[in-house]
Amino acid sequence: MSIMAYNGGCVVAMKGKECVAIATDLRFGLQAQTIDTNFEKVFPVNKHMYLGLAGLQTDIITVYKRLMFRKNLYEIRENRVMQPERFAAMLSSFLYEHRFGPYFIEPVIAGLDPKTFKPFICNMDLIGCANMPDDFVVAGTCEEQLFGMCETLWRENMEPDDLFETISQAMLNAFDRDAISGWGAKVYIIEKDKVTIRKLKTRMD
Amino acid sequence: MNSVLAPEIEQHGFNFSNCRRNEKLIHDGFKPPKATKTGTTIVGIIYKHGVILGADTRATSGNIVSDKNCEKIHFLAKNMYCCGAGTAADTEMTTKMIASQLELHRLNTNRVVPVPCASTLLKQYLFRYQGHVSAALVLGGVDNQGPHIYCIYPHGSTDKLPYATMGSGSLAAMSVFESRWKPDMEEEEGKKLVRDAIAAGIFNDLGSGSNVDLCIIRKDSTQYLRNYELANEKGVRNLDYTYKRGTTGVLSVKKIAFDVVEESTSGIEKMDTN
Repeated sequence: MSIMAYNGGCVVAMKGKECVAIATDLRFGLQAQTIDTNFEKVFPVNKHMYLGLAGLQTDIITVYKRLMFRKNLYEIRENRVMQPERFAAMLSSFLYEHRFGPYFIEPVIAGLDPKTFKPFICNMDLIGCANMPDDFVVAGTCEEQLFGMCETLWRENMEPDDLFETISQAMLNAFDRDAISGWGAKVYIIEKDKVTIRKLKTRMD
Repeated sequence: MNSVLAPEIEQHGFNFSNCRRNEKLIHDGFKPPKATKTGTTIVGIIYKHGVILGADTRATSGNIVSDKNCEKIHFLAKNMYCCGAGTAADTEMTTKMIASQLELHRLNTNRVVPVPCASTLLKQYLFRYQGHVSAALVLGGVDNQGPHIYCIYPHGSTDKLPYATMGSGSLAAMSVFESRWKPDMEEEEGKKLVRDAIAAGIFNDLGSGSNVDLCIIRKDSTQYLRNYELANEKGVRNLDYTYKRGTTGVLSVKKIAFDVVEESTSGIEKMDTN
């Protein structure tokens, strides 16, 4: 078994029209044993930016804390809010620093530019090779299923409400076919003037 | 700025703090995860007025296509570009680092940086890591000595060639060059040849796919033709799979509202970076 599948879990992010969405499952397990059903893999970075981390839980927490330390220092030193592009570059070089002893995580970033509110999504492999497409990014143990769902459901210029249905259904149907993801899900819709966080009704098996 | 409470970010270079733990995990039977690779077809040729570089745009991790339109032709300097194959993060980071070293060199010497200089920097770096930084590169550029194409292998050896191919699609691409390359080709003929070599990789090698990127470097101009040809466009879907609003069951909703203060800037003079 891969160490990336030790705790299970998945994250997905999508671009919409002047908005972005990021979703996470809530399971935390040790291989096949479910320990907790309230472990969120999506963390707030600043008002308009969220970071999703799939992979080994100990590394998820470590990487998130180390990144926030660097990001906070940046924001204090520069006296301005960090843009998603800068955050992605910082994360990428942080992960590549550990090229020969990596953290076992796959990050997903979703956010809006703090000034222009341009949507931004990005994912990386565990050593920081960034990928910034125009449609969607996925990570986690049901990556294959998520790719399939997103590839069929995603459309250009979705309104926030449609984006919510699309990302929710993509995630629900993907992790129902994965034994070590699921047990609840949380979806963040990030818009210019608000962030809406919805907890989804899911299968609990 | 450096203090106990807010120390500067640690020293540069690789960090090996996780190595022992990761080694133990592998020892305990957990498979190490795969990084994103670029299966890749990358090529470069010398033609009458300079060089033409070409690349496909597929990135893979295992059997999954992780990026359908990634950029494999990296900027090194105004007169130099570099195609990368191998571990995607390695090619990306290595070329970024060498690009900044080349720019410093240009500012120090106040000359056009020679292509062999980039080749030497790259090979010395790759040799130092004994092949563990797995970047296979096709370096192309034009300097005062004329056009150059270099093949740089992950262990640090180099070839200087008039036409070169690298990556898993290198055999397919080389068959095109071997049959059709000749010295002093015109630009249009050269572009066609490179396009055909990349297309041979895209359609015959499973590790390569999607679109054709080209980069033409002449004596005093550079043209980056990103997505020169969309070789595999996604079809139009006839049916609509849209879920109706309200399909998904929601347990709870939390809203965080912001007061948006729009900011606009105008009349800022661009910084002179020449």
